[in-house]
Amino acid sequence: MKKIAIINYGLGNLSSVYNALEFIGADPFLTEDHKELEQCDGAILPGVGAFGDGMAHLRDNGWVDAIHEFALEKQKPFLGICLGMQLLASSGTEHGDFDGLDLIKGTVVKLVTGDRSARIPHIGWNSVSGTDGKKSYVDIENGQDFYFVHSYVLEPEDDAVVSGKCSHGKEFIASVEKDNIWGAQYHPEKSQKSGLAYLQNFLKV
Amino acid sequence: MLKTRIIPCLDIDKGRVVKGVNFVDIVDAGDPVEQAKVYNDQGADELCFLDITATHEGRDTIIHMVEEVADEVFMPMTVGGGISEISHIRNLLNAGADKVSINSAAVKNPDFVKEAADKCGNQCIVVAIDAKAKEDGSEGWEIFTHGGRKGTGIDAVEWAVRMAEYGAGEILLTSMDRDGTKQGFNLPLTRAVSDAVSIPVIASGGVGTLDHLVDGVKEGHASAVLAASIFHFGEYTIAEAKQAMADAGIEVRI
Repeated sequence: MKKIAIINYGLGNLSSVYNALEFIGADPFLTEDHKELEQCDGAILPGVGAFGDGMAHLRDNGWVDAIHEFALEKQKPFLGICLGMQLLASSGTEHGDFDGLDLIKGTVVKLVTGDRSARIPHIGWNSVSGTDGKKSYVDIENGQDFYFVHSYVLEPEDDAVVSGKCSHGKEFIASVEKDNIWGAQYHPEKSQKSGLAYLQNFLKV
Repeated sequence: MLKTRIIPCLDIDKGRVVKGVNFVDIVDAGDPVEQAKVYNDQGADELCFLDITATHEGRDTIIHMVEEVADEVFMPMTVGGGISEISHIRNLLNAGADKVSINSAAVKNPDFVKEAADKCGNQCIVVAIDAKAKEDGSEGWEIFTHGGRKGTGIDAVEWAVRMAEYGAGEILLTSMDRDGTKQGFNLPLTRAVSDAVSIPVIASGGVGTLDHLVDGVKEGHASAVLAASIFHFGEYTIAEAKQAMADAGIEVRI
């Protein structure tokens, strides 16, 4: 059974992620102590809230170096969900300019749809496409619906890291996959069957 | 494309569902987990729990309930009722809620919405508005608090715009004139609010037929529709509601 750390940095829907992992047969545990990453096979960075706040919480608790060591040096599976995915970026622009974890080169910007009928925040189920051949979408049909709740999006510099795209007024990046480092803008833990399948794939990294 | 959501709402008192689904296969109709599972299996897009206990003890109870539901059902949940402190919001989100709905506390102290949106992210702050036609007969709708018992003199459309400016991520709009009447949403109210803000608006209050759901979206311009009794009493399933919406040309998740 894979031991997966869920990073508790004060922001997030932790128990939902925990429950989903347990349901698919992983051994999840919540941790506030970055030293505990050492005993884990993988880690998830959840998160609900603002970019600057999220980074401040990570920095204050010594997570930034620990995550770099875990995901970059040791190349262990690392998944960011929602704000957690955005924090993977080099920088964010929500309420000011902030540095991110810089695990995925790119910037987090406000989703501007330019279309009044495409309301912001983007809340609800929307289809994710362009997923064929991606490790994170094995056994998930292209175009499946996932549950989104967000106003900002990650714009990666390198298209090669994009694992799924979505459209709301305009096209944006729904998920990224760079070797062992994954990010989902939607909530797999809330996306019923498709979401659980995504997490299942993460356990196989 | 973003799908239009159908959201069943459950009233919760002391951790138990008050108006439950009267389905034969349910062992305990008051058990929120059982109810949530039914709606989950029927393909509901979100669940909304409204805590009508709203006491201090009730707060811990609702958190346990959210934990129990989140333990078994992997779908989005909004929880409302008596939320007046940031700690309430944090605890509910940690327990597995995705959004919280704030009503009376927003009217009492509008800055609370600002603070909540700043600290917890605006996408998880829903402002619930209970509105009915102005009593003096003038045009428009007035908002009410405390479960509809207390008038405020505040115009519903102006309030929605202000709450969106303060950082609300969504408006849950209930027409009190229509609530429980099964005559359909108050469409002029729904459309007036939906057209005035750029955040999503959930229409609520008055649904009696599946056509009413369609009207809420097509004529009321709502982003999501919420209903209680037509689902509770098994008159229609969520799947039937979705089919009716799809037949009317509305994009839904099937």
